[in-house]
Amino acid sequence: MGDVILRMHGIQKYFPGVHALDNAQLEVRAGEVMALVGENGAGKSTLMKILTGIYKKDDGAIELFGENVEFHDPRDAQHRGISIVHQELNLMQDLTVAENIFIGREPTSGIFLNKAKQDQMTQELLESLNLHIDARTQVKRLTVAKQQMVEIAKALSFKSTKVLVLDEPSAALTDSELEDLFKFIRRLKATGVGIVYISHRMEELKQITDRITVMRDGQYVDTVNTADVTIDEVVKMMVGRVIYEEPKSHSNVPADAPVVLEVDDLCSDDVKNVSFQLKKGEILGFAGLMGAGRTETMRLICGADKRDAGTIKVNGKEANIHHPKDAVDLGIGYLSEDRKRFGLCLGLSVADNTVLPSLEELSGLLFVKDDQVNQRTGEYIDKLSTKTPSTSTLLRSLSGGNQQKVVIAKWLLRDCDVLIFDEPTRGIDVGAKSEIYKLMNQLAAEGKSIIMISSEMPELLRMSDRIVVMCEGRVTGELDIAEATQEKIMSYATRREVEQAS
Amino acid sequence: MKTEKKLDLQKLLAPAALVILYVFFSIFGNNFFSLDMVKNILESSYYIGFMAFGVTFIIITGGIDLSLGTVMMCSALLGGYVFKQLHWPLVLALVTAVAVGSLFGLVNGTLVAKLKLPPFIATLGSMMMAQGIGSVITKVQSQTWPTATEPVGGWFKKVFIRCNLQFGDTKISGFPVGALWLIAFFIIAALILHKTKFGRYVFAIGSNEEAARLSGINVDKWKILTYTLAGFFVGMSGIFYAAAYTTITPGTGNGQEMNGITGVVIGGTSMAGGSGTMVGTLIGVFIMSVLKNGLAACGLQAPWQTFFTGLVVIGAVLLDIQRTKAANRVKKS
Repeated sequence: MGDVILRMHGIQKYFPGVHALDNAQLEVRAGEVMALVGENGAGKSTLMKILTGIYKKDDGAIELFGENVEFHDPRDAQHRGISIVHQELNLMQDLTVAENIFIGREPTSGIFLNKAKQDQMTQELLESLNLHIDARTQVKRLTVAKQQMVEIAKALSFKSTKVLVLDEPSAALTDSELEDLFKFIRRLKATGVGIVYISHRMEELKQITDRITVMRDGQYVDTVNTADVTIDEVVKMMVGRVIYEEPKSHSNVPADAPVVLEVDDLCSDDVKNVSFQLKKGEILGFAGLMGAGRTETMRLICGADKRDAGTIKVNGKEANIHHPKDAVDLGIGYLSEDRKRFGLCLGLSVADNTVLPSLEELSGLLFVKDDQVNQRTGEYIDKLSTKTPSTSTLLRSLSGGNQQKVVIAKWLLRDCDVLIFDEPTRGIDVGAKSEIYKLMNQLAAEGKSIIMISSEMPELLRMSDRIVVMCEGRVTGELDIAEATQEKIMSYATRREVEQAS
Repeated sequence: MKTEKKLDLQKLLAPAALVILYVFFSIFGNNFFSLDMVKNILESSYYIGFMAFGVTFIIITGGIDLSLGTVMMCSALLGGYVFKQLHWPLVLALVTAVAVGSLFGLVNGTLVAKLKLPPFIATLGSMMMAQGIGSVITKVQSQTWPTATEPVGGWFKKVFIRCNLQFGDTKISGFPVGALWLIAFFIIAALILHKTKFGRYVFAIGSNEEAARLSGINVDKWKILTYTLAGFFVGMSGIFYAAAYTTITPGTGNGQEMNGITGVVIGGTSMAGGSGTMVGTLIGVFIMSVLKNGLAACGLQAPWQTFFTGLVVIGAVLLDIQRTKAANRVKKS
């Protein structure tokens, strides 16, 4: 194995109210693939953003070839030999491969572009990487895998690239495409480039990486040789934090509780044959990694997106849901993970937001009954103990936790019996979190049925009566709370199609 | 507490501007400070006012309507056509004008809501179509509405522009009766916007369309209704334009929409959607006509009036940007 080319150590990073990285470290040798793994929010991305000059570190050092370096911006990092391929592709779809690769530094002759030279240089680069793509192809005509490789080629077109960061390069790839990518990575290794490989797919690590660095809660856990560990051991290292929140030990739902929502064979582009049942008074957790299709499934149920196939039954009767209005009329309320985009009208008042789905009932023949609007809003402000100066306060001046309560109030006022909470505590501080938990438990006890999507496993284990685990659009497991553990959830959440078949 | 006060000041900006402009022109304009001038100001605000009331709804949903001007002309043209050429009763001519406006509104609304065209493009298209249709049907002939002295339909101007009233012994000549219409429809528009379910939906759609949809609101339906209602008001403005100017020439109307839109923006309605008031629009419209008449009273000719109107448009939009910025600052704290 080659010499150490990059060493980050003692990295500290603070965001307002959050200690994002605490003594993080990473070491990369020439010609190796170093995996960087950890749960969502473990600090992988933050660390990589510091490495590539997007964030500034608050403390610690980055050594490149034994020399201390400071990166002020991404350009700076790139010139010193560090390139990153982001999870979301950043190619301009309508431009050609060559134009994408040389954007911002096009070869010129005089004041004009030298297209021929640009195409030729690109073709040479692609051939040197053994990529059979015409430099003049429009990027949108390539498969996602090919686009990914163009991105990597772009990163390598900076002659000095010594460290290449691949952030979840496999997320959008099929198995055969993945094989192409791996071949490509192996060829790259041979040229002496050090590669940092971020992935949630555990079985990939065994195939392509040489060493694994594990992070957890912003801290460095350990670095191990891939050959020396099992996947289970890695997973254990990833989730092995002290759990402050006591997991629920048994389900609170009687076995004979009626089924209020039954979903069968739900299909769309991102959702594959999802089926599950939700019982009255139950909190059903949905676990999975980012992009597992949980949000997409819920959007189908509440009519936000069109489903290709599948049936939804509410209280045993087949429901015809084609528009969010249909779902709302059936008493299904969806609390989006992205409150600001999908849940709230920030420029309107607390009262306007709270009564939005219920205006039909709160209107007389001609006019909205404003006194009733204020009274009902007030009731729910008290019930949820929302902190707001008045019902006419604009929503944007409330804190995240209180905004979330307004969304909850909105659906309670509409008398929804099925509440779908998508990441209900994202971006909410600790105190408000426990209030939301309390509220959810209280609602379930009152007979409301709750679906909770969460990426935080302790939260799932603390709240759920049952947990459905999804991976790549499919339901890969269902666990009763009594048998659920972080390790079990993680192993279902990373169970890909190939593995299941074998 | 501080931010609340600031917002109140913002609200006072438009009325204050109206008063300041009025005082300014009273001092520097020739014969500006007179009852006749008040009548002039009122009369030149009727058709712009109706246009502005309608488009206020659209702008609050986050849309825009560029077809206001030519649809207004098309309404006036076709109303005049059925009256003069087809000899329909005047009442039916008025209904025709309003129907033409509403129909264009319905088309705009369908294009925007159902076919998902950007409002700018959809109404740019209907702007040209309205101009074309008006010319085609009238065979590019000017259409005249009845004047006050005409035997048939002589009541037209008396009902919509000015009339002589008599209360016992006191005689009021040239009473600006159009102002009563304007105020009546202002009240109706304000009630619809601020007091009905429909009005709430208009604000919700403009503030966050996707959140409104996910809240179970039939966004498409309400958007179509918004554009249709605006079309109705544009039809009304066609009637008042005809009452004020009598002769309608095909191929005109382009650019009139800017008067309406400017009035709305000066009145504090955000082009980004989600906020605005009908009172603001009324004041904005009056600011526009005070400006127009005041500049004339200062001896500045039409080209200068156009220039200053342009200046006011830019100023108003700058103000809108400042307002949005101020609102976003509140969000951070």
